[in-house]
Amino acid sequence: MANEVVDHGRRRFLTATTSVVGAVGVVAAAVPFIKSWEPSARAKAAGAPVTADISKIEMGQKVDYAWRGLPVFVVRRTKEQLAVLPSLAPRLVDPDSTVDQQPDYIKGPDRAIKPEWLVVIGICTHLGCVPEFFPQIKPEPFDPNWKGGFFCPCHKSRYDLSGRVFSGVPAPKNLQVPPYHFADDTHIQIGVDPKEAG
Amino acid sequence: MTKRQFSMKQILFSSALALGLLLGSVSAMAAEGGVELPSAGVNLRDQASLQRGARLFFNYCVGCHSLKFQRYQRMAEDLGLTEDEVMKNLNFTGAKFGDTVVSHMPEDSAKQWFGKAPPDLSLEVRARTADWVYGYLNSFYLDPSRPVGWNNTVFPNASMPFPLWELQGVQTAVKKPGSEDVEKLELSQPGRMTPAQYQQAARDLTNFLAYVSEPAALQRHAYGIWVILFLALFTLLAYALKKEYWKDVH
Amino acid sequence: MANVFTRMGDWVNERAPGMMPAYRKHMTEYYAPKNFNLWYYFGSLALLVLVNQIVTGIFLTMNYKTSAAEAFASVEYIMRDVEWGWLIRYMHSTGASLFFVVVFLHMFRGLLYGSYKKPRELVWLLGMLIFLVLMAEAFMGYVLPWGNMSFWGAKVIISLFGTIPVIGSTLVEWIMGDYLPADATLNRFFALHVIALPLVLLLLVVLHIAALHEVGSNNPDGVEIKKGPKGNRWDALKPADGIPFHPYYTVKDLVGVGFFLLIAAFIIFFAPTFGGWFLEHDNFIPANNLTTPPLIKPVWYFTPFYAIVRMVPSAFGTAVWGVLAMFGAIAVLFALPWIDVGKVKSIRYRGTGYKVALGLFVFAFFGLGAIGTDITAELIPELFGDVNVTFWENLFGRTMTLIYFGYFVFLWFYTHLGWEKTKPVPERVTTHD
Repeated sequence: MANEVVDHGRRRFLTATTSVVGAVGVVAAAVPFIKSWEPSARAKAAGAPVTADISKIEMGQKVDYAWRGLPVFVVRRTKEQLAVLPSLAPRLVDPDSTVDQQPDYIKGPDRAIKPEWLVVIGICTHLGCVPEFFPQIKPEPFDPNWKGGFFCPCHKSRYDLSGRVFSGVPAPKNLQVPPYHFADDTHIQIGVDPKEAG
Repeated sequence: MTKRQFSMKQILFSSALALGLLLGSVSAMAAEGGVELPSAGVNLRDQASLQRGARLFFNYCVGCHSLKFQRYQRMAEDLGLTEDEVMKNLNFTGAKFGDTVVSHMPEDSAKQWFGKAPPDLSLEVRARTADWVYGYLNSFYLDPSRPVGWNNTVFPNASMPFPLWELQGVQTAVKKPGSEDVEKLELSQPGRMTPAQYQQAARDLTNFLAYVSEPAALQRHAYGIWVILFLALFTLLAYALKKEYWKDVH
Repeated sequence: MANVFTRMGDWVNERAPGMMPAYRKHMTEYYAPKNFNLWYYFGSLALLVLVNQIVTGIFLTMNYKTSAAEAFASVEYIMRDVEWGWLIRYMHSTGASLFFVVVFLHMFRGLLYGSYKKPRELVWLLGMLIFLVLMAEAFMGYVLPWGNMSFWGAKVIISLFGTIPVIGSTLVEWIMGDYLPADATLNRFFALHVIALPLVLLLLVVLHIAALHEVGSNNPDGVEIKKGPKGNRWDALKPADGIPFHPYYTVKDLVGVGFFLLIAAFIIFFAPTFGGWFLEHDNFIPANNLTTPPLIKPVWYFTPFYAIVRMVPSAFGTAVWGVLAMFGAIAVLFALPWIDVGKVKSIRYRGTGYKVALGLFVFAFFGLGAIGTDITAELIPELFGDVNVTFWENLFGRTMTLIYFGYFVFLWFYTHLGWEKTKPVPERVTTHD
């Protein structure tokens, strides 16, 4: 009796199948727990798209908006400021915006949907400080050859007026451009792509 | 012998426990409050009813009552409405799509008008049961002795006026002879709806409030059946595995 | 593959030589009687629920706000805004109730088969301590959502301590840290619920299992397999009626786990409030210190003990007697191994007196539960018409209370004075499936 033959194949098969199904169950049960760390409906509502009224922004002025807790700079650039942008290419790390720091509809030296309006996230790509705005084309203490742009007070990183980073500074990448579109001529919605907005 | 005897006992005890719990829950539900409550017939799958209920809520209730835990956006997703439909037809307070439903009534003036602030209704159905809410919506009657002119048989001396009267009409109470107790309610002035239409409207509104009290119920029902099927498969496999191993035990 | 595992095993063994022997002692070479029946699933299930409570509890603390102003809304935030928060919360709330279902059945198994008797008194005592801590744990957890039942439940239960003469009212204030259950109360209950009591609970569970494995498991026949013949197909020196816990009882318990999870999943997904029994209607109303819910009753698992408080009248100007009786109902269970000194363990071979007494005891337990949940207050008028409900309820409840305590008094006489007529206990275990 005690020595009757055990069907090892069947036993191994059942052990393996039960283990696999059990493991699938454990993994599936873990999914809700992992997903519970994703932004909640409240966080998503707080991070919802922001509409910026740009009708009052003057030439050469910068206005900040908060989107998902980040400062978003909206800058109305003058013709002179736009004109110098192409000539800066040799001094920049990534003049043609090849690194993925912007939606695919943001191209060219002006990095904007409408050249006059720059929309960038004002977070230095080095260590996350908020760069300061130096719009004038005039020599500055940190750069005698300054053509207007952003200067980070933390570690002296410099960006041009398209948020493109200069070579030889700590920051590695251009300032990030958030998804945005023009709801109408005087309103920019930050957080929604033009094609999402339909 | 012994084995059989004990499995009987096991069955007896476990069924006694299950029965006790079940019986208790049924009797506890039936006996709450003095009045017999008709069934609200909640059906969260009936999206059309939920949409009609939402429309009623936002036309007649949101002036005083908030749903401070319910987001417009979640409601749109769950009720099959678009952002535009919700923001144009249901949102009259200028709230954002991601915001929760908050009434614009200032609390102090509400206290002045009604004696107390109108309660938030996010969890009303969970706190009172759907049948209660449905019964309440059907049981308003004219009562000049009350400050707001209305009384209710399900919730006597409620301090709420009855905004749905234009739909249901005006009910008056028929008292028991020689007593102040209400025997039944009679429709003394018809409203815009027939009684059957009004009952459907009250049902829709209750259904909507039932949804609001637990939006996750939609997810629960959707996932539950798959979880149970999976566990049944696992249990079957485990049983086969146990049988196989226990061939060793004599 | 196998080679890698062997090498990893060797690596661990060199550094922690005690680990494999411990695993063998408690799993592959722990010889459990081969005749366990349905009642023996509930120990491992209790462990499963404990793990569930700890895991889901940890995730709940990630979004719960410990403050009287925010607690209620934070629970609704979990239920609505947190991805899958509703599932985690329902797993925790359903787990709490099922914990008591499983533990009650586990304890009843002990009564059926005399598992508290020599040499397992220590296992029983540790188990009773677990039960006691579990009740405190459950009560404090119940307060955390800060609904109206949480608030008034806390008020009533804490007030029980107020009946103690002289120090009562000071003690109540000290427990609450305020003059009513308030922010301070909620905060300290949170601390106790999420860390202090779970640590104690885990330690006690380890000791409970360690103590059990020292003496070995009892079984439905109440036969000591260690005293029986030696030699089985796995080991010539181990009990003939024993089988290795792993793999035989691990695979068997897996079936129990499957069935249990089926029931739990059904509740979680289709009846999470269980008709107001697991999550009460009035607890969906925020705590309000000015409005008492129409019916104040504890959650179902406390009702048998709570009913005793109501059934004992106050005397000599104090209500402490009811509270003493309630705590006594739990305390007397600790003494069970010394009250029931009958040599025969299993109900299968015990005298008729024991069978009747245990049946009555179970009936009294359910009867008290029915009073505590107010079922009797509804059932009495339904069954007997227009009668004095309070009178009949008190009569019934006091009878049940007497039966509850009478069980222990009877057992003492029954076994100490040798009244019990037992059947012969077999040498070996009789049945298994």
